[in-house]
Amino acid sequence: MRPMAGKTLYDKIWDAHVVAQESPDGQDGEAILYIDLHLIHEVTSPQAFAGLRAHRRPVRRPDRTLAVADHNIPTVGQGLGVAAVADEEARLQLQMLEKNVAENGIEFFPMGDVRNGIVHVVGPEQGRTQPGMTIVCGDSHTSTHGAFGALAHGIGTSEVEHVLATQTLRQRKSKNMRVVIDGTPAPGVGAKDFALAMIGEIGTNGGAGYVIEYAGEAIRALSMEGRMTLCNLTIEGGARAGLVAPDETTFDYLRGRPAAPKGGAWEMALGYWKSFFSDPDAQFDREIRLDAATIAPLVTWGTSPEDVVAVTGAVPAPDSFAHPDKRASAERALDYMGLAGGQPIADARIDVVFIGSCTNSRIEDLRAAAAIVEGRQVAAGVRAMVVPGSGLVREQAESEGLDEIFTAAGFEWREPGCSMCLAMNPDKLMPGQRCASTSNRNFEGRQGRGGRTHLMSPAMAAAAAIAGHIADVRDFLR
Amino acid sequence: MQPFIRLDAKVAPLPLANIDTDQIIPKQFLKTVEREGLAKGLFYDLRFDAEGREKPDFVLNRPEYKGAGVLVTGDNFGCGSSREHAPWALMDFGVRCVVSTSFAEIFYSNCFQNGLLPVVLEADEVQQLMDEAKGGNHVVTVDLEAQTVVSPSGRTFRFEIDPQRKQKMLNGLDPIGETLQAAGAIDLYEMKRALTQPWLEDA
Repeated sequence: MRPMAGKTLYDKIWDAHVVAQESPDGQDGEAILYIDLHLIHEVTSPQAFAGLRAHRRPVRRPDRTLAVADHNIPTVGQGLGVAAVADEEARLQLQMLEKNVAENGIEFFPMGDVRNGIVHVVGPEQGRTQPGMTIVCGDSHTSTHGAFGALAHGIGTSEVEHVLATQTLRQRKSKNMRVVIDGTPAPGVGAKDFALAMIGEIGTNGGAGYVIEYAGEAIRALSMEGRMTLCNLTIEGGARAGLVAPDETTFDYLRGRPAAPKGGAWEMALGYWKSFFSDPDAQFDREIRLDAATIAPLVTWGTSPEDVVAVTGAVPAPDSFAHPDKRASAERALDYMGLAGGQPIADARIDVVFIGSCTNSRIEDLRAAAAIVEGRQVAAGVRAMVVPGSGLVREQAESEGLDEIFTAAGFEWREPGCSMCLAMNPDKLMPGQRCASTSNRNFEGRQGRGGRTHLMSPAMAAAAAIAGHIADVRDFLR
Repeated sequence: MQPFIRLDAKVAPLPLANIDTDQIIPKQFLKTVEREGLAKGLFYDLRFDAEGREKPDFVLNRPEYKGAGVLVTGDNFGCGSSREHAPWALMDFGVRCVVSTSFAEIFYSNCFQNGLLPVVLEADEVQQLMDEAKGGNHVVTVDLEAQTVVSPSGRTFRFEIDPQRKQKMLNGLDPIGETLQAAGAIDLYEMKRALTQPWLEDA
């Protein structure tokens, strides 16, 4: 216990949501934590609704629940409706979601609705995501919403059922970690590189047991969309959630969004939101410092997000890992990826480029990619695709002419959804195909059985599409 | 939830770090609307080749490990996606306990919703268990009450576990029913919130 020290942002959000604290044997046990916003989608909710039905339990707060269809929807022909979805199991899941939300009075943006899209794009875009909130969803990348100074994390389906029934979650408090990123990044370097640098530093379970707060001048300088990218990838470092304290950037983003408070309520909300920051004397259990100026554009070489290397670097040799498990994993990863230790990563020729996912499918991501692509052509033999994060992102991009830039260069311009990030829908890699991807996981088989994923920023993926191999975006800047 | 009290079962070694939930149960099996029947997809790409034939050298396909109820694995087991299909698939396959040096958090808490016991041991203890498991046909005893794993050679490893989680696992309690007993406190919280944050209430 820390008797008189100030509170962290995480402490403050936690304290504001404790409904009851269980204290068996005088020790802090589980807390029942109130949940302000519950996001649901078609893949991790059907068994939860079935559980509610079996116990005759109602949904406690349908008004604090929002549903989208994103994980398994096709990214063409969405206007034809769910009945036209070719995959029978996917169609059944989508129909089940429609039925469950209708029976329970939950707001739902169905496939084809311009407001539909990836759940972690839609929540912020609609102004549903707000500072100081607790937000959960049956999806690990719920950490995205931490960009607003909301405590947001993924849960399993049993917990989805628990939240539907009680609007609370049983939780144990995590420890506090602060990641401070100061300095000014070089052109071509951004939030995706910050996140990969951090994961490379701490490892994929380095954040286990912690909630991470991001601070420092490079974080303050990030847009909301950059902060979302960073918080989104926090789960890849194993932390429960990522947080950025709300500031004027946050409030400017929220003002005027459909679900943001209006008029007098806005002023009242603003006052409340401004109370969410870490006190100057708050203590963190662990602190990491990075200098943005020293971060190069990064890519992954292996099958774990911690397998990062600067685009100018080489694939590491398995012997460079001390631990036998890590060495075995590296050998396995290189074999799977079809790479050799010591080979320059920029030598890797690519077959597919995927610009999309809850990590990098927002308008700024598409602008950054389009700026590299404009007036250039996708390399021969490369399949390149852009999947906007929502119908509204797609509309915005089209109003700026970005779709024409992409299609003129040879990119496919598709409809929104999770798409090739997890390849539950028809968008997937073929065995052995190598993909430059703006998504979040390079796991074996993640983008299709035998598919080889290299994670990178949207601008880097665009550069790879033009070059036909992994390429340094700094050579493409104008 | 199925209670977990004590288990005597064959132990299978899976000496890889960062086994993610995409490997435990690949995406094509997530289109189900049921909790049952996921054993067919467990470790699918490790167990089966591209033509759907069993890979004879994968540990769970080897005859001496058939029916294994305990897995011993490398660091950070269950990282990645929050899919509860991962513990569902392990349970459906007959695995009731996973031993590792560390688990990813969401997977770890999903285990406790389902009666799948995640046991954290020290690195040298996991290695010892891994080495002993390599012969096959070896039985370990996992005792949740005593918080011990007894290796095939008879070495006893003690593990730590949160006492509340332990009790719930031993008794197989329904956490929703338990939380609903605090409905009065939730009502009160909501009344206060409606006053302090009225913009979150529907008009």
